[in-house]
Amino acid sequence: MRPIDVIEGKVSVLDRADVDTDQIIPKQFLKRVERTGFGEFLFYDWIRDGEIELEPNPILVTGANFGCGSSREHAPWALEDFGFQAIVAPSFADIFYSNCTKIGLLPAILDEEHCRAVAEAGEARIDVDDETVTCAAGVFEFAVEPDVKHRLLNGLDDIGITLENAGAIDSFEQSGAAERGPVTTAL
Amino acid sequence: MPQTMFDKLWEAHEVSDGLIYIDLHLVHEVTSPQAFDGLRMAGRSVRRTDKTLATADHNTPTDGTMAARLIADELSRVQVETLERNCEEFGIPVYSLGSDRQGIVHVIGPELGVTQPGMTIVCGDSHTSTHGAFGSLAFGIGTSEVEHVLATQCLVQKRPKTMRIAYSGELGSGVTPKDLILATIGRLGTGGMTGYAVEYAGPAIEALEMPGRMTICNMTIEGGGRAGMVAPDEKTIEWVRGRPGAPADFEAAAERWRQLPSDEGASFDTEVDVDAGAISPMVTWGTNPGMVCEVTDSVPDPAAMDSPADRESAERALAYMGLEAGTPMTEVAPERVFIGSCTNSRIEDLREAAEIVEGRKVASSVRAMVVPGSQQVKANAEAEGLHDVFRSAGFEWRVAGCSMCLGMNPDTLIEGERCASTSNRNFEGRQGKGGRTHLVSPRMAAAAAIEGHFVDIREWS
Repeated sequence: MRPIDVIEGKVSVLDRADVDTDQIIPKQFLKRVERTGFGEFLFYDWIRDGEIELEPNPILVTGANFGCGSSREHAPWALEDFGFQAIVAPSFADIFYSNCTKIGLLPAILDEEHCRAVAEAGEARIDVDDETVTCAAGVFEFAVEPDVKHRLLNGLDDIGITLENAGAIDSFEQSGAAERGPVTTAL
Repeated sequence: MPQTMFDKLWEAHEVSDGLIYIDLHLVHEVTSPQAFDGLRMAGRSVRRTDKTLATADHNTPTDGTMAARLIADELSRVQVETLERNCEEFGIPVYSLGSDRQGIVHVIGPELGVTQPGMTIVCGDSHTSTHGAFGSLAFGIGTSEVEHVLATQCLVQKRPKTMRIAYSGELGSGVTPKDLILATIGRLGTGGMTGYAVEYAGPAIEALEMPGRMTICNMTIEGGGRAGMVAPDEKTIEWVRGRPGAPADFEAAAERWRQLPSDEGASFDTEVDVDAGAISPMVTWGTNPGMVCEVTDSVPDPAAMDSPADRESAERALAYMGLEAGTPMTEVAPERVFIGSCTNSRIEDLREAAEIVEGRKVASSVRAMVVPGSQQVKANAEAEGLHDVFRSAGFEWRVAGCSMCLGMNPDTLIEGERCASTSNRNFEGRQGKGGRTHLVSPRMAAAAAIEGHFVDIREWS
């Protein structure tokens, strides 16, 4: 993934809570075996039915528990492919949050009042290293785990980092600690 | 210091700080193709094919199509064939369409005995929490993480907080584990368990058999929980005994499993108490699993809700669902009934539904179907004659798969159709664009099929 440091520009707003990943990218588009090209299907039904309008700005501000439901990483893929580089919300579903950080789409948690302020400001600047969102209404802090931040800032591949630690995995397996569970190849 | 079951599982699998070893990786066709592509591009192999197992379930037609190449829908066919090809290339065992072990990934794991206490289990599917019913740490992951586990057999994880939900008393007659978990999510909300590994405990949980515990853990994700789990006991041990994946030295393994339950006095970050005896049969009225009420209630009135945000989402949900506030739930009339999904498609679920259906007829206004969770469940049900019970009542008896839970295969609702469903999600469009889903237990779904509207199963005969 490419490094992200500062995300700056206009803000799109989706003022709903509990937006589930079935809405972000409906099931019929999960049949594709590629990783790219999901942006045009983002919020497929809501946009085509005229329920919502979204501009592909760098920043999306939305409601609490964003990304709940299915673990489909196609949801962050679609948001990123559409043009978003950061999602700002009062809270995110766990799997969705983690999926975003794996592809370099920044999920930033601000309290609801600050989310509204960013939405109203219409433009913002997010500094990943400083962990701040700056807009006309002020400077708001968000938190990101140090290892996640390190990966985002440097665009690092998670697997590459883990494999640097392959010795520890080897030792774990050799210690007998990995002997739990079935041998699937022997079933 | 006393430890929770979660603490014991976490510590036994920590390779290094925040890096967790995975004992079993379940793979299906939808969330894996891009992960295999990633491996190929980086020239990586699968570290432990012997801890990896694949099946096809989301895309598979339930009409008796018994080979990937025969799937009519081109995209689905390509996806299932891609899974088969990837598994062959990387050396992963796969039970695809046509195998007598094929089925919904969360049904076949326990059925084959590859789901065991004390393990870490992941799958690119949020309902992986199902396997926690055995006292394992099991959770759903995204495709980047699928690739990570394939390559390293480990996952980078932030340690979740712990929650214990203790259920006192016992479930009333006609009230099922599905009602228990729906009532819990109704109380805590769809984000109420976010950030937590949840242990379900107390006499009402101990009294349940394994399938009921699986139903409860399965829906943990609908409350936002990272993982759901139940302490293993003799029922858990007896479930695994004799299955194909059971450990060779079974008694030694069972002895280890008996050490897993949370220690007396172990401390949880959050504790919740629920009176199981006060739980009624539940029906969802809205567009997420937290929008749920007792079957004896009426459709709630958004105007009576305190928060403007709740009011707005309830109004939108009722408009989508085509429901009027104040309508008794027992007057709501589904045209479709779906009994199946990783939540409620095991043999015990089918037996419960068959008991309701036996000797009766599906209402003329209803189209009803039963989709067994696996080919094994189907074979066992047919050996017991359950398929005859369902068919003579007017149900369609279909072949194993995810089916109408998520409409990635030909089983879908059409716009505006209302469905009583034993699945896990009532999100907009989940079962087909414009489809209206009411989540219920297998008994409640079966009775709704017969009557043509929801009934209070406790009083219905």
